[in-house]
Amino acid sequence: MAKAKAARKKQAATTGSIEQLLAAKEIVIHCGSGGVGKTTTAAAAAAMAAVHHGGKVLVLTVDPARRLANALGLESFGNVETRVPPEAFAAVGVEPRGELWAAMLDTKQSWDDLVHRHAPDAATRDAILANPLYKNITGRFVQSHDYIAMERLYEIHASGTYDLIVVDTPPTRNAIDFLEAPERMADFFSSRLLRWLTVPARSRVLSMASKPFYSVADRILGSKFLEDIAEFFLLFQTMYDGFVERAKAVTRTLEDRRTTFVVVSTLESAPVREAEFFIDALEERGLHLGAVVLNKVLPAWFLERGTTGAAKALVARSDELAAAVPDPAGPPEQVARVLREVGESFLNFQVVAKREAETRAELAAAPDVIASIPYFDHDITDLAGLLELGEQIWR
Amino acid sequence: MTTELLDRRLLFVTGKGGVGKTTIAASLALLAAQHGKRTLVGEVDAKGNLADFFEIGPTSFQEREVADNLFAMSMDTEESLKEYLSLQLKVPLVARIGPLARTFDFVANAAPGVKEILTVGKFLWEVRERSYDLIVVDAVATGHITGQLAAPQAIQELVQVGMVRDQTGWMLDILGDPAQTGVVVVAAPEEMPVNETLELVERLGTETVVDLAAVVVNRVLPELFSRSEEEIFDALADPSGDPSPADVLSEAVGGPVRPILDGAQLAVSLRRTRSVHLTRLRDELPEGTPLLYVPYLFQRSHGARATRQVAEHLGEELGF
Repeated sequence: MAKAKAARKKQAATTGSIEQLLAAKEIVIHCGSGGVGKTTTAAAAAAMAAVHHGGKVLVLTVDPARRLANALGLESFGNVETRVPPEAFAAVGVEPRGELWAAMLDTKQSWDDLVHRHAPDAATRDAILANPLYKNITGRFVQSHDYIAMERLYEIHASGTYDLIVVDTPPTRNAIDFLEAPERMADFFSSRLLRWLTVPARSRVLSMASKPFYSVADRILGSKFLEDIAEFFLLFQTMYDGFVERAKAVTRTLEDRRTTFVVVSTLESAPVREAEFFIDALEERGLHLGAVVLNKVLPAWFLERGTTGAAKALVARSDELAAAVPDPAGPPEQVARVLREVGESFLNFQVVAKREAETRAELAAAPDVIASIPYFDHDITDLAGLLELGEQIWR
Repeated sequence: MTTELLDRRLLFVTGKGGVGKTTIAASLALLAAQHGKRTLVGEVDAKGNLADFFEIGPTSFQEREVADNLFAMSMDTEESLKEYLSLQLKVPLVARIGPLARTFDFVANAAPGVKEILTVGKFLWEVRERSYDLIVVDAVATGHITGQLAAPQAIQELVQVGMVRDQTGWMLDILGDPAQTGVVVVAAPEEMPVNETLELVERLGTETVVDLAAVVVNRVLPELFSRSEEEIFDALADPSGDPSPADVLSEAVGGPVRPILDGAQLAVSLRRTRSVHLTRLRDELPEGTPLLYVPYLFQRSHGARATRQVAEHLGEELGF
């Protein structure tokens, strides 16, 4: 195990760039705290891979902004994979070597598909789909979202349709939840309570007497509700074998050498904390950390030598400097005010840039690829924008 | 805008990930405490971030006083269940809690809404008991909040009898009373946070009984220039001309001025891009929704200092 870890580390250390990472892997999973730009980063990476590496590349995303769909030249995309039209690339003057496909995760639809696949017969299938608890569980049960994302990934990968699948993970309360989702799902279906709930009602009465905590559950939730749950799980139980088998296969896919994780973060303290936590969690599970992408980083020139003094001088000597400006577009006192604003704004941003540099240095202790994406002052509205962003992390 | 936001008894603070939800929750609680309200701030995501905003050690389910009038706790649904059972069941439970805890996760997962109702229920219980003047909840992010707030209704629909069902009535009364309960949505003036805010506001109305108390726009960048000053700036930043204004200024101050002008340019265009989203937010929110603005803070860290500063800005916005 330790040997495997060391080998992995070595492999990671020699990977070198996002470009190489995307060329070498089949599944690239983007993860990180909410709001750090996972979706955009994943789409940009996939677009770059389609342009430069060729082959069939799929970006599987969870909840894309309408603009992202537009940026990919798609009106909308759903559970079924859709090809980004070659015209969308042509429109921005790019001739991709490969194909870019996009799909969105539709949790409800994916669950329905799963039931269709695993139900032993049509009657059971219809009974499950019609059960009111089913809708609640697939919709509200938080882990169901995480699980279905991984399950869908497995399914697409196993179909052998794509050379590379770039995935964006769902916004979870905790970024590692989805790593554990397949295992939890398997546990869930093999748990003691589920077995108890799904035994015929008469023998349950007997076991209830011997197990006082079931009666507590009964008092809290009411026996009718427990009956409802029992009925539902009795139906679900029929899919048990297929389900557990599948959950195991999903776990194997995550652990496969062809799968890698890209941790995305900004340099704000909370996302960084989560990123560090995630990096540790990957290592603990023996999963491959391919790269850390830092998004919305202030440009490096905020820390250029001599700028602090120059900005302070603009503020302190604004009147004198305003008089020296060639062809000013306004009266000297206004020019002086602009110079003061410019200097002060720079010094303000520099405080943030210094903090970011410090945080970045701490993160860089991890021996994997670190790439940064500077703060874009405009929204990404087209494929050109995505590729521009992709260029920032490529090499 | 008046101080009435803090006159409610229970505020759920939510927002898209990364917008500063916890900062706003911590600051609102601090502000209320500073104005003499006995305040509880509770963290729902068990990430332990809240403690950082007050520079205190880890919080737990058992609340503790972290400043004058200010108490902090973090939600733990298993603890909440134990507390609930010991309060509600008249029989000694100690012996049963062990095995119950082991299967708790399963029951909570299998029965939709149970975990949620234990979370929301704890805070509603504190409101009912009048233990605090104000409870501020650092709630789950926009994607999950309606599920949490709608849990009592969901339970009512799904569970016909039993103790949990019996409790939903008074919970819904408190949740649905705008004088007592409200949701504060935190947004940043960027595309996705604005989209999610607008979607959430709509869903709050259709899926829950809870009132929208306010929208807080966090990290608003300062306006650097007036229109005429912007022209002056454009002339200063113009790289043509030999020497260019940047060259002349660099020479005069003895250091590079180009990056400084680029920095201002970035600040100006960021503000411009964001104001589009801000306008959309203002236009599409229901009329009369209170909007509070918190400026972007150029700071070293996100600790107690930042919490205090944000509390000050919120205080100004609320008319304290």
